[in-house]
Amino acid sequence: MYGKGILEGLLVTLKHFFGTFIDDIRKGRKRYMTDEGVEYRRSKDVKGIFTVQYPEERLPTPENFRFVPFLVYDEKEDGTNEIRCTSCGICAKVCPPQCIWIEQTTNPKTGRPVPEPVKFFIDIDICMNCGFCADFCPFDSIKMDHYYEMASFDRTKTNILDLTKLSKPASYHAEIHPIHFAREEEIRRVKEQKREERRLAKEQRLNKFKSE
Amino acid sequence: MNEIAVVKSELEIRFPDAVRKDDREGFQGYIVEKESLVEVATALRDDFGYDYLTSVTGVDYIEEDILEAVYHFYRSTGGKELVLHVQTPRNNPVIPSLYKIFHGVDFQEREAWDLIGIKFEGHPDLRRILLWEGFNGHPLQKDWKEAFYVEEKKPFDNRWPEGKIQQIEELNKFGKNVRYPENFHDPESWKPEHEDLLYAGLLDLAEKTGSGLETDHVVINMGPQHPSTHGVFRMAVVVDGETITALKPVMGYLHRNHEKIGERNTYIQNIPYTDRLDYISSLSNNFGYAMAVEKLLGYTNEIPERAEYLRVIMAELTRISNHLWAIGFLLNDLGAYFTPSLYAIQERELILDIFEEVTGARMMNNYHRFGGVAKDILPDAMKKIENLVLDRLPRKVDELDKYLTKSELLQSRTEGVGVLTPEDAINMCAVGPVLRASGVPYDVRRADPYSIYDRFDFDVAVRYHGDTYDRYLIRMDEIHQSLRILQQALKDIPEGPILLRNPYNIKAPKGEAYGRVEGPKGELGFYIVSDGTSNPYRYHVRSPSFINLTGLEKMCVGQKVADVVVILGSIDIILGEVDR
Amino acid sequence: MAEKNKITVPDELKSTVAVTDIQEVFDGNLIEKAYNWGRRNSVWPMFFGLACCAIEMISTAASRFDLSRFGMEVMRPSPRQSDLLIISGTVTKKMLPAIVRLYNQMPEPKYVIAMGACASGGGPFKEGYNVIAGIDKYLPVDVYVPGCPPTPQALLFGLMKLQEKIDNQKISETSWYDKENAGDPIPIPVLGPDIMDPKDFDKIRKQAKG
Repeated sequence: MYGKGILEGLLVTLKHFFGTFIDDIRKGRKRYMTDEGVEYRRSKDVKGIFTVQYPEERLPTPENFRFVPFLVYDEKEDGTNEIRCTSCGICAKVCPPQCIWIEQTTNPKTGRPVPEPVKFFIDIDICMNCGFCADFCPFDSIKMDHYYEMASFDRTKTNILDLTKLSKPASYHAEIHPIHFAREEEIRRVKEQKREERRLAKEQRLNKFKSE
Repeated sequence: MNEIAVVKSELEIRFPDAVRKDDREGFQGYIVEKESLVEVATALRDDFGYDYLTSVTGVDYIEEDILEAVYHFYRSTGGKELVLHVQTPRNNPVIPSLYKIFHGVDFQEREAWDLIGIKFEGHPDLRRILLWEGFNGHPLQKDWKEAFYVEEKKPFDNRWPEGKIQQIEELNKFGKNVRYPENFHDPESWKPEHEDLLYAGLLDLAEKTGSGLETDHVVINMGPQHPSTHGVFRMAVVVDGETITALKPVMGYLHRNHEKIGERNTYIQNIPYTDRLDYISSLSNNFGYAMAVEKLLGYTNEIPERAEYLRVIMAELTRISNHLWAIGFLLNDLGAYFTPSLYAIQERELILDIFEEVTGARMMNNYHRFGGVAKDILPDAMKKIENLVLDRLPRKVDELDKYLTKSELLQSRTEGVGVLTPEDAINMCAVGPVLRASGVPYDVRRADPYSIYDRFDFDVAVRYHGDTYDRYLIRMDEIHQSLRILQQALKDIPEGPILLRNPYNIKAPKGEAYGRVEGPKGELGFYIVSDGTSNPYRYHVRSPSFINLTGLEKMCVGQKVADVVVILGSIDIILGEVDR
Repeated sequence: MAEKNKITVPDELKSTVAVTDIQEVFDGNLIEKAYNWGRRNSVWPMFFGLACCAIEMISTAASRFDLSRFGMEVMRPSPRQSDLLIISGTVTKKMLPAIVRLYNQMPEPKYVIAMGACASGGGPFKEGYNVIAGIDKYLPVDVYVPGCPPTPQALLFGLMKLQEKIDNQKISETSWYDKENAGDPIPIPVLGPDIMDPKDFDKIRKQAKG
């Protein structure tokens, strides 16, 4: 009573205030503008100041973090780029707000669909960053980006992403999703190995058959 | 024979003509003749103990040419539901209102009128609630089309394989699907029919509750832009001096057509949309929706053990972060301005860090799938959760407790303010902290256990005064109980798979399902009707914030204007969920 | 000579250092620089949340991200005292008249940020019957911040973009000192059978007849 509540409340703020300086002295220069400092401010032991001073400091983005999608392309040894997308359309079908447009073409000679998108649009003014496209893509070709500094002055020019804006190299994917990338590569390696084994077995059988 | 079966057979004996079993494929409960609905509902409340009518909604069966109202009855002492269906022809959809028996149907019947077009006869104030007076048509009827209408069902055909991007609104700028009423000639002079009903009704109420002295009534509109209405919420308040004599909430300023879009989506596409209902506690919304669909699919008993634990851990973390936010902003409404919120948000940020690491987003988590969860908690993140739950949060919550709970500022502003009696609370279908602060120990986690909540040792927090202070305290208690659950869950969590199966397109068998969870704001229910395709035929959200607002008027009348803000803060509404 | 004396300002000081060269004063840029420097570091946003993004906006103002580092922590609930309207969430038809009215009540110079997918272009709820597909159909938007919802850091980046825009404005070209060409208030849409923009009234009359 008689203002005790107010004083108690103010004491908390005061404690917080001094806590910052005590921590400053204890941690020294490592407290600010270092990864270690940011990590400390996100830990359970943080006392005093809690602010991460964007843009000088940034919160690390965890691997699972998702913003808008991008398309992965492989850089081949001969210098050409091969986009992983086969325009199967699963991402467009599963997309909840239906923000993906894919144009598929057919080979004029055979009449069969070409496994490559001719046009690919994502309207990020509709996209809800849910990550379903990346979850369900069977070819690991669409992934969620970590890049969030996309503010612009004119949305009509920047906010509809086309194939050139969407495409990013596999090395970028490996950089931002190291665990997932390693897992995908492992699966792919096992698959290729099996295919190779099957091929060898087939050859052997053929050779055997021939020699007989 | 279990208890529910007894009630059911007795119901049939007592009303042989009016009540018959619902024998449609996948449906449960009874079909009641609309003439005797009031009689049956009264009997259910008074003789059978089903005194808690939590959900009322409508379904448009266009092929059978009927509109149907669906009622979910519960006992306030716990147990399973009893479902009543009432059918009415589409060309003259009239059903008697249950307003006199269950006050809590007030908003729900208005919503069913607004969106589906069922007229509830005897409802004293049947106005549009989410849309505005003069809006054309009832949007959830199956033959109603919106201006940007593309197709009946998702996925849309124009996205693939000939995806020519087009801005739908540019094509159809002033949608051809708008129909104009007969008396509409000039947009400048047109006035919708019932526009003045709000103020007329308000002044009427004010007359009744007035002091008898001849005073002028002043109508004050708080909102939709008001710093303390927690979003775009409006209250029309009649004051007599400083005292409130009548109050009516006006909502719909964030009505985002969740249900209409939800009926167009496939089942899995709805999961990220549920994130955006109660956007403070997305993971709990995911949980409820996933449970409802799992009921429909018959997965309920097959969910992997680890997934169940992950769900509970995430749901309880969500509850803590939600209550921290609510407490912070209650204090903000009380005039402490931003300081307590800053301390509360600090802890919330640490929880959000975990969400971001595990699910990929701070708020819109999109974590649950049918038959499990999307991502596992890696050891790194698990360590962080343990640090928080075992070390930091108990410490910090105690700190909050120490300087807030006994603070005379808080006590003098909240004690005895906005009282809701237990009888009223049940009658008004209040749920969650609002109900439990009024002395009714009803928590879905205990009353009708779902997932693995029956394994944990925790108490249902309950307080008995029903005022704002108790609603604050109950949130503090619940944080402590959530921490208890988390501590047990973290100890017991097994290794194993986290997801049953995850196809991108699921067809649900025909039928209906109602899944409910105890969200941070109370009972969150999802009512889904399936017609056997991959899109829900009817998708309804029974949202706790929306229905808790029914009691707002009762709590506010007789209080001072300044207290309205506090009372609203203590109900803890989120507009995304109120308006959907 | 001038080239030689040029002082390079390190990046982290750019926001606080306005003039590095006396020559600029003679060029007449000083007033403009000081004016813009003052404005960019005291943008007062309106305390006005619409939907999910509002929570991220509040988080941005709270302890971890701390808007006051940019001089923007003074969130004013009244439009009369604010410079910046952050449209933080889905704009519905029912809410639109209120938003336009709020914008009209703000004094010049005023800015609008469309925060998140919903405010920029309708977002996931675009197909809904009660949703406006982008606030820029009614209000002039200065900066669009994509994301659903944008993280607080993405919003901060948007606010820095706005500062960039303010830096580049010239007093001589701004409309708010120009008495003759001062903009009229934006006509407030009316709720009818659907939302009705006063600009479209003629069209609606025709449709209603036909």
